[in-house]
This record gives sequence, structure tokens and C-alpha cells, in this order.
Amino acid sequence: MDTCLWWGVAEDLFKALADPTRRVILDELVEKSGQTLFEICSRLAMRHQLAISRQGVSQHLAVLEAAGLVETRREGRYKFHDLNTAPLRQIAERWPLPGPPGREESTP
Amino acid sequence: MRIHLTSVFVDDQAEALRFYTEVLGFVKKHDVPLGEEDRWLTVVSPEQPAGTELLLEPSGHPAAKAYRDALVGDGIPLAQFAVDDVAAEYARLRDLGVRFTQEPVEMGPVTTAVFDDTCGNLIQIIAQPG
Repeated sequence: MDTCLWWGVAEDLFKALADPTRRVILDELVEKSGQTLFEICSRLAMRHQLAISRQGVSQHLAVLEAAGLVETRREGRYKFHDLNTAPLRQIAERWPLPGPPGREESTP
Repeated sequence: MRIHLTSVFVDDQAEALRFYTEVLGFVKKHDVPLGEEDRWLTVVSPEQPAGTELLLEPSGHPAAKAYRDALVGDGIPLAQFAVDDVAAEYARLRDLGVRFTQEPVEMGPVTTAVFDDTCGNLIQIIAQPG
């Protein structure tokens, strides 16, 4: 990837991950991808006691979407939010993980 | 003061009556003709025949469509109905072809799910402990 573009993408990624509420949103999407805004708000309020306005949650989702970690999908009249962890690979590419013990090559 | 009646806008009253009675299991309480096509149409729970009535209101008002489309888009339900077992009700309704926008989830002390009433609204079902 072009270096400047890479830095721009990485900035969005690290900014998105820097906020604890956004990390909780990602945790909830790991449990089940494909949630409406209402479901995400309910999970934050009822499971994490994070009383954030719907507008506030929308703004968090927009930051996650800019980082490529959340994708939205329209299905008929509904809009769902899906998790995409692919951008996280950039972190391991930049700072490679140690290979599994006893093996010389790291997993792809 | 008591909550006597609440309402949901429905695209088609006849279809709404069918869904709310045959699929959800409510019973018709009042059905009074109003004008050419509209009816004062209410249903109640068979478990609480004297309980709160739900008015299935025609959605002809020009503001109703924008209001409902925006809420449905964000997955926001217009009413909440209590059930004993959300998972069982989910399975029963799903087998009848009902579309859920939120499958059963434990939300702290309660379990909820959200479905499409086929008349333009999302409805939440909830089971509360005890």
C-alpha cells in the first residue's frame, strides 16, 4: 500500500480503537454481527450501563465505519451493522506477532 | 390515571387484524366503521381482556410514512409486548414466517427480541424475571 494512504488508514484505525465505548461496540458485534442501531444502543445501555444517546452511538458507529471496522448493510427497510476485523491485520503487519512456539514460519 | 389504549399505525387494517390475531394471538375488542374504509379497530390480549387496548390505526396521515420508515431503518420498535419465554415465542413466530430484526438477546436482567409486524412496524417482545 502507498505509504501516505497507509498512514491515513492507520490513523482512522487507531482513533477508532482509542475509545472504550467503541471497543465495547466491537465486543458486542463480535458476539453477533448484523445489528440494528437500536440493538447496539440496547446492548450498551442494558449490558454495560453505558447510557449514551442514540445520536452519540451513531457518531461512534460513523468513526468505526471510517476505520473500516464496521460496515453497514441495507436489507429492505432495515439497516444492519456488520463487524469487519480485516483492518486489524495492519497492526500485526506493522508489528508482527511472534510465531507459534515450536514452528519456524508464522501462520498466514 | 391508567393507560387505557395505545396505537400503532398499520398499512392495511384487515391484514393487521389478521396478523395481530392469527399470528400473535390477540383478540379483537372493538371494530367500528369510520368513514368509507377506516375502522376503529382494537385488539387486546386474551390473558387480559379488560387490559390495555391496542388500536390498529390507518397510516393514511402523510407524516406517518416518514416517521415509521425512519424508526424501522434504525430498528426501533413502536411497542413492547410481554411474553413468558422470548426464545419459545421467537421460535414459534419464526416458524410462521415472521421476520426478526433482533434475535433473542439477554439484556441484563431481561431478554428481548424485535420483529416486523408486516404492517410497517417493529415490535419488541420482552421477558422479565419473576
